[in-house]
Amino acid sequence: MSQDAVFLNGDTGSTGQDSTEEINPLGLKNNAPMSPERRFWVGTACAAGGVVGVGAAVPLVASFAPSGRARAAGAPVEVDIGSIPVGEMRTVEWRGKPVWILHRSPEMLETLKVTNNEVADPDSDRPGFTPAYAKNEWRSRKPEYLVAVGICTHLGCSPTANLAPTPGPGLPANWEGGFFCPCHGSTFDLAGRVFKNKPAPDNLEVPPYQFLSDTRLIVGVDDDQA
Amino acid sequence: MAGEKNIETTGLLGWIDARFPLTSTWKAHVSEYYAPKNFNFWYIFGSLAMLVLVIQIVTGIFLVMHYKPDAAKAFESVEYIMREVPGGWLIRYMHSTGASMFFIVVYLHMLRGLFYGSYRKPRELVWIFGVAIFLCLMAEAFFGYLLPWGQMSYWGAQVIVNLFAAIPLIGPDLAIWIRGDYVVSDATLNRFFALHVIAIPLVLIGLVVAHIVALHEVGSNNPDGIEIKAKKDKNGVPLDGVPFHPYYTVHDIFGVAMFLIVFAAIVFFAPEMGGYFLEYNNFIPADPLKTPAHIAPVWYFTPFYSMLRAITDDYTWVLAGLSVLGAIGLLLRSNLRGVWRIAVPVVLVVLAVLLRVLDAKFWGVVAMGGAVVLLFFLPWLDHCPVRSIRYRPGWHKVLYGIFIINFLILGYLGTQPPSPVFNIMAQAGTLIYLGFFLLMPYWSCRGTFKPVPERVTYKPH
Repeated sequence: MSQDAVFLNGDTGSTGQDSTEEINPLGLKNNAPMSPERRFWVGTACAAGGVVGVGAAVPLVASFAPSGRARAAGAPVEVDIGSIPVGEMRTVEWRGKPVWILHRSPEMLETLKVTNNEVADPDSDRPGFTPAYAKNEWRSRKPEYLVAVGICTHLGCSPTANLAPTPGPGLPANWEGGFFCPCHGSTFDLAGRVFKNKPAPDNLEVPPYQFLSDTRLIVGVDDDQA
Repeated sequence: MAGEKNIETTGLLGWIDARFPLTSTWKAHVSEYYAPKNFNFWYIFGSLAMLVLVIQIVTGIFLVMHYKPDAAKAFESVEYIMREVPGGWLIRYMHSTGASMFFIVVYLHMLRGLFYGSYRKPRELVWIFGVAIFLCLMAEAFFGYLLPWGQMSYWGAQVIVNLFAAIPLIGPDLAIWIRGDYVVSDATLNRFFALHVIAIPLVLIGLVVAHIVALHEVGSNNPDGIEIKAKKDKNGVPLDGVPFHPYYTVHDIFGVAMFLIVFAAIVFFAPEMGGYFLEYNNFIPADPLKTPAHIAPVWYFTPFYSMLRAITDDYTWVLAGLSVLGAIGLLLRSNLRGVWRIAVPVVLVVLAVLLRVLDAKFWGVVAMGGAVVLLFFLPWLDHCPVRSIRYRPGWHKVLYGIFIINFLILGYLGTQPPSPVFNIMAQAGTLIYLGFFLLMPYWSCRGTFKPVPERVTYKPH
């Protein structure tokens, strides 16, 4: 029996009743069980079609990732910090995010000792938000300069600076100065450390940065990690 | 062949009917679709939702003709539509008012389903398609809200996309993939535009068709929650059913007229609705470096947003404790059978452990998403022997009342800036919302039920 005959006649194993059974226009017996070989090829064709379908989805899914231009925009930013007065803050843009550079006064640094017991992660032990060189009591390379990404670690709002130790709306009575996120009420101290029991799980991210000189700083690279 | 079909129509209609099921479809879904004759006020919202869908699609098409999905031009092009396109302000206000009205109508439509048990067997799929439509609407509203590229658009999108970053392991990369950049940017605006005008509407229309086809397969429920198909006349027509056309088409036209009066009043006199339909901060162009002092989503998302904010580290202790209590309760006295009897408590204990292991931020996202996903399971959570609220014990009605008031309070809290008192209220509200559904298998079958009538209650007037 030829291959074609098997293919067209389905179950050719049974004989004798062939003549009495109805044959449909395709030459198949009605109600005849599908031959295992036929079933195998139908299955294989479906699987192959499925693979092609999934393969076609790959470039579509990949197109969602940041484009070359968006990645290039993540270049480092150089900042002149000599002009920032003591106790004040400047915001620069890096990768489209606000990066804060706060020139802390000695009094401001003193408040960190007070807040040490009130923050959730005083030693910045949780991974991913603090480079090794900022894992100290000031969370910075030089105590007087705090460099932090001004994006709340909760859901990405930009907290507002409430640097003076005066309470305001949303702030506790014993406010020592720091940052307040208007979206969900997370508060951070002057080292960007999040206070306990706030929606934000982590301290503000310290971006990679390094000092080029006493008055120049670059955000986006650090030789320690390179 | 066409000749084998039994065609009763003649002329052009006959010619079409021989080739396309026009008359038979009209009959099956409109002129010979028998709906219960005792529909009340609550049954208008399905038709109204269809009307709003049409308004949104038509006004949306005309807005796209003038809008530019470009971070540098989007805000300006919306102002251009408002000030310079002839009638552009009207088209835009119809679209923005339509978005809010869509949610009002759909919330009331869902509440109707809850009152009269419209999700109960055999209407589970009608309900599931409906919840899927609700999810699509939320996605559609969210994507659309970014397009004007105002401060609220921008920071709202930033917050919601960052929800995905809370997922352990893949979260941060997933958020970048969704945005197509490290922050919400031009790339994000373009893809949200594509999803808002093409992808989600296509899915939405498909789901609406599925919702209606499933409904017409099983037939409409009614305020008495009884099957009208149980009593039929000799032609197989339900004794308590009336043809959808002309009875309910005319009935709905009246409802549509009433609705359009309200709709037009909002469009012409209060399109911003005191900052609830169009938030004031959205009249300021997006500024990636400065978050507005107070951001809140548009009102229709606020109940779920409140639940998101409610989950703090302390609160996960409460939730973990309740999971363990639930596990013990189920072990001691539950009518779950076989493997489920052990599996469900084990899952609850694992949940309790994870509640303390993973960040509260992640659980906030789970609570927000779970509050919507829970709705899918409603047909299996409700074990009440009667469908309609009319025949439930009085204290069931009290529970429904508490649920509705609680949902409104959660909605209000979501519009307000965070504060300690509001936070505790939102935490209590989250427990009430979750408890209402998760304890439903327990409470819905208890109490004294009133006898259900044989035929629908109907007074001719």
